[in-house]
Amino acid sequence: MQSQMKESDPILEVENLFASTNNLPILKGVSLTVYPGEIHAIMGRNGCGKSTLSKIIAGHPSYNITNGDIKYSGENINSLEPEERSQSGIFLGFQYPIEIPGVSNLEFLRVSTNARRKFLNKEELDTFDFEELVKEKLELVKMDQAFLSRSVNQGFSGGEKKRNEILQMALLEPKIAILDETDSGLDIDALRIVASGIKKISNTQTGIILITHYQRLLDEIEPNYVHVMADGQIIKTGGSDLALELEKKGYEWTDHFVKET
Amino acid sequence: MVNENLVKDVVKEPYKYGFVTDIETEKIAKGLNEDIIRLISKKKEEPKYLLDFRLKAFKKWQKMKEPDWAGLGYKQIDYQDIIYYSAPKQKEKISSLDEVDPKLLETFDKLGIPLTEQKKLTNVAVDAVFDSVSIATTFREELAEHGVIFCSISEAVKNHSDLIEKYLGTVVPASDNYFAALNSAVFSDGSFVYIPKGVTCPMDLSSYFRINSGDSGQFERTLIIAEESSSVSYLEGCTAPMFDTNTLHAAVVELIALDDASIKYSTVQNWYAGDEEGIGGIFNFVTKRGKCLGKRSKISWSQVETGSAITWKYPSCLLLGEESVGEFYSVALTNNLQQADTGTKMIHIGPKTKSTIVSKGISAGNSINSYRGLVKMGTKAKGSRNYSQCDSMLIGDEASANTFPYIKSQQPNSEIEHEASTCRISEDQLFYLQSRGIEFEEAVSMMVSGFCRDVFNQLPMEFAAEADKLLALKLEGSVG
Repeated sequence: MQSQMKESDPILEVENLFASTNNLPILKGVSLTVYPGEIHAIMGRNGCGKSTLSKIIAGHPSYNITNGDIKYSGENINSLEPEERSQSGIFLGFQYPIEIPGVSNLEFLRVSTNARRKFLNKEELDTFDFEELVKEKLELVKMDQAFLSRSVNQGFSGGEKKRNEILQMALLEPKIAILDETDSGLDIDALRIVASGIKKISNTQTGIILITHYQRLLDEIEPNYVHVMADGQIIKTGGSDLALELEKKGYEWTDHFVKET
Repeated sequence: MVNENLVKDVVKEPYKYGFVTDIETEKIAKGLNEDIIRLISKKKEEPKYLLDFRLKAFKKWQKMKEPDWAGLGYKQIDYQDIIYYSAPKQKEKISSLDEVDPKLLETFDKLGIPLTEQKKLTNVAVDAVFDSVSIATTFREELAEHGVIFCSISEAVKNHSDLIEKYLGTVVPASDNYFAALNSAVFSDGSFVYIPKGVTCPMDLSSYFRINSGDSGQFERTLIIAEESSSVSYLEGCTAPMFDTNTLHAAVVELIALDDASIKYSTVQNWYAGDEEGIGGIFNFVTKRGKCLGKRSKISWSQVETGSAITWKYPSCLLLGEESVGEFYSVALTNNLQQADTGTKMIHIGPKTKSTIVSKGISAGNSINSYRGLVKMGTKAKGSRNYSQCDSMLIGDEASANTFPYIKSQQPNSEIEHEASTCRISEDQLFYLQSRGIEFEEAVSMMVSGFCRDVFNQLPMEFAAEADKLLALKLEGSVG
């Protein structure tokens, strides 16, 4: 890829990252740099390490970094707790959002938002003020207020769970959002709602990494870069046309790249 | 696993009520015999029928055997090594709070239960019990205007002897069980509540039990009577200092609800639980029972049990009146080497009676947390219904949770429904909350209180907040 002159500093730099879980190596030297305003797509077969990469960036305790660095705003975050990463502006949209019985969605969203606001030295919001804010954000994902009084993700449909993730992203206003298969399990209408939500939240200062299997999300949100992962490595990087080519030819087409790298 | 250890750290319990009040006390000699019982009765200037009640109970107790069916592990209790009466020394007759030893007032201040006129809680009347005696009861005049009697049971024996004679021991007979018999023989103080016909008690009533002495047992006795169409909400809180010996607490609580009356009895129990190695702590062996005597009467128990080395209690309802209602909502949190064996008995006797049981057990550390409950439908309980739900949450992998539901039905035309579940706080749930900026400790306590939501919703508002805080405190620890 041609080297480009960038005006600002990168938000996220993943440098030659090796990681394992239960002594099983998953990532085998991943490098990825995201600048403000950029949208990156990561594609690849199931089990290639896409989700692992996203969880490691968010700080999941089950994975060990065996080599390499993750830098956020120029600082190494390898040893930061997940909550510290979130508070400082890293967001992971879960492929399978977790159900938390008995904990009201509204309270969860409020505590989460306040944790981020506290980090940003913004005033924390009481229930009343927070409800005002969340009502406005609900519009973005076309969610009904009834969602707020239910337990976190409990009994939500697949589409509702994903919209709840985007609602959280809207409230947390992250600097970088990694969205892990946010498009899976969504019908066409829900996909449009989610995609338009993501577009409205992102701006020239934010970076986005979309992990996806399908072109249809990338039709809605055009990426600047498309990376193809296989066996724990990024084996090919290109522009948005790479995704189209991939859709046409299938992952088999990328198999011969593995050896090259 | 990393997280397992973190969870263990988080549930390390700081106990902030562990202080001892340095106060001159009047204690009688250790040991239990007829003379001791006569002495207690004399100190309290009791009428003869009460002394007879005590002596009869003592005779029965001597013939009884300490029960072991719960399979709890504890060192044999030496009943001759306990002091059965211990009271802070003060003037013979106290006419106002100004005469109460400031040290005692300070103690209750420290426990968050201010008693003095200037500082007392505004919406709750409090009876404060220190070791074997009641120190003060607030808002008595205001309550008296409504005909409500709220005082210590010793005082009730003096001033409302007819009610005591009529009702004491009618719900929990002296021979009911080993610890009830012991209590009946030696009970010292406790609260007495009487709500007259048609009166809705204008404020919540509350008793606060404080054990201060290390070598004394506490044997309080509470009696609540709700006359026709009356209602009352009663709260109970308990704490004790940290001693490395075990202290016995064997209380008896009796509730009586007549036609259309309702009693709501809520407990937040935070006795000292012993240390991480299981040294010290209170043995909490309590008999609590309510009698729904009247038609459409209702008794509702809610409890948050977090303290005590061993808890052994089954707040129960005898549903005699037609269409009477019994409820039991419980949260029991055990940690370290605590043991809790708690549940309820719903005895459906009258027709169309209804009961609901919701029990939430949380076990952490090496603790054992069991739900034990009986639902019984008698031959006349036609058209009666019960619903039970027992959920357990395990924190860490060394704690255990058991559910022992006993069901007996002699009435084919009745319904009994039982649901049970066990869950564990998963690493994925914790990671999800943390990845939303929520600190590990807060994430754990959020999930625990979420798990307890159904029960907390039943507690009086302020109590619910206190219970939530208490659980969070118990789960607060040395992380980070």
